[in-house]
Amino acid sequence: MIFNIEYETMPREALEAIQLRRLQATLNRVYATVPFYQKKFEEAGITPSEIRSLADIQKIPFTTKQDLRDNYPFGMFAVPMDNVVRIHASSGTTGKPTVVGYTARDIGTWSELMARSLSAGGATRGDIIHNAYGYGLFTGGLGVHYGAEKLGASIIPVSGGNTKRQIIIMKDFGPTILTATPSYTLHLAEVAEEMGVSFKDLKFKYGIFGAEPWSESMRQEIENKLKIIAVDIYGLSEVMGPGVAIECHEAKAGLHIYEDHFIAEIIDPKTGKALPYGETGELVFTSITKEAFPVIRYRTRDISALNPEPCICGRSHVRMKRVSGRTDDMLIIRGVNVFPSQIESVLMQIDEVEPHYQLVVDRKDNLDTLSVLVEVGEHLFSDEVRNLQNLEKKISKDIKEILGVSAAVKLVEPKTIVRSEGKAIRVIDNRKL
Amino acid sequence: MKVEQISVFLENKSGRIAEVTGILAESGINIRALSLADTSDFGVLRMIVDNNQKAEEALKKHNFTVGKTFVVAVEIEDKPGGLYKILSILHKVSINVEYMYAFVQPNSKNAVMIFRFEKLEEAVRVLQENGVVVIDGDKVYTL
Repeated sequence: MIFNIEYETMPREALEAIQLRRLQATLNRVYATVPFYQKKFEEAGITPSEIRSLADIQKIPFTTKQDLRDNYPFGMFAVPMDNVVRIHASSGTTGKPTVVGYTARDIGTWSELMARSLSAGGATRGDIIHNAYGYGLFTGGLGVHYGAEKLGASIIPVSGGNTKRQIIIMKDFGPTILTATPSYTLHLAEVAEEMGVSFKDLKFKYGIFGAEPWSESMRQEIENKLKIIAVDIYGLSEVMGPGVAIECHEAKAGLHIYEDHFIAEIIDPKTGKALPYGETGELVFTSITKEAFPVIRYRTRDISALNPEPCICGRSHVRMKRVSGRTDDMLIIRGVNVFPSQIESVLMQIDEVEPHYQLVVDRKDNLDTLSVLVEVGEHLFSDEVRNLQNLEKKISKDIKEILGVSAAVKLVEPKTIVRSEGKAIRVIDNRKL
Repeated sequence: MKVEQISVFLENKSGRIAEVTGILAESGINIRALSLADTSDFGVLRMIVDNNQKAEEALKKHNFTVGKTFVVAVEIEDKPGGLYKILSILHKVSINVEYMYAFVQPNSKNAVMIFRFEKLEEAVRVLQENGVVVIDGDKVYTL
């Protein structure tokens, strides 16, 4: 079902006219209200009035994650705090998260786009949605929640964790739609099996999965194990949260981007040049309806490609390919963004010298696992095993506290972490996606 | 009254102790006593050698992390109750032994044990007050 027929199936020409009008309004507003954007535009020698066509967007400088960090926490907000009704944050390096805000209207927009997304994924107002995305600063849980209410479906705000209880709820409440990260979903499937619960006897029809990279083979595994149709959802808090784009369950071939609210571009991550449809590069988003936290040409560092061909579902919005990687070494572990430099800062605080470490990411029993190898230099060393074990525990605890992910810390001998041209290889990702 | 001990961090992999002892052998260093404490992932090899400086240099050259700690060498009567006597003296004054191990000393009627104390000075004082022989570092290296 298409939630908003008028906008979701709008002919391209009309859609592009709306995009241009909304883009111009957004540019005027951020130029007037956000000193960061005013400065950036002036440095580039442009004013909003010079943007007369959608192609002109390429004259505007990019916004990066670093820009958001530099303006931590509220420097990028385009409205007074009086008008901000919600704040979310995503993990960032050196303990500084990226903070985003929403006005009441922004929450309304987000709810609408999530209602559209849930519909595209197969949900109707008659469905019961089991929402296992985490509730909190992370946008996943609340994003789905508000969309489900907007759609008129029944939502179970079960959040993440306590897997056995989740299985019992699935059995007793009979939810028909599952929303979760794909890795947690496979974990749910395993725990259900251990508990002797078969998904054949549950009522699930559709699942909407995202917030971390996954693959076609994982989709097949989920669909086979859960006896459902699984679709991919995309979003990032900087742009809005979940619901920026989603696959329709009819085609399951690329994610429709809600172009009446976002302008998507693909650029060459090295040169910054815009690439034509079909070519693979870095996804860049401009929000054109957001009030509290608009982003202009925000570099997501996600690798994708755009496909403008009409879709069998009837939606006219361009489709992005499943995200195939990142332009930097950020890791997404169980839905949490992890930067190697965060681990570095944790180790720095303990050792006060530059640590040699390596992150090893694996997927065991369908759950992401993070191991942190730390070379034991003289500063860290002790002749007492107990002290070394306490050191492992402390590093593990600090990582959990600062990054929000559990890590197995393993002490290793100096110079055992492989170095490439003198530089230690910081990340080994063994996940077969 | 203190004895310097060197300790080496080792991953729990086959051949690691062989490598350490090989490096020491190459440098002509004699191991006088040693103990290994380990977990499933790593271990700490502690040694009393006859030339600490040379041993440290040789091991560091091969990228080992080497630590130095002061321990105490104590003479113990080589008969039933010998170790018990020492430990009960320490227990009475609540001095905790972090770890201990035996020293190889042929041609003697007394055994020698290496003790690691948190409160080293105090432990030495108490032992001596109770008539226990604490061996000087210089002597230990060449015993």
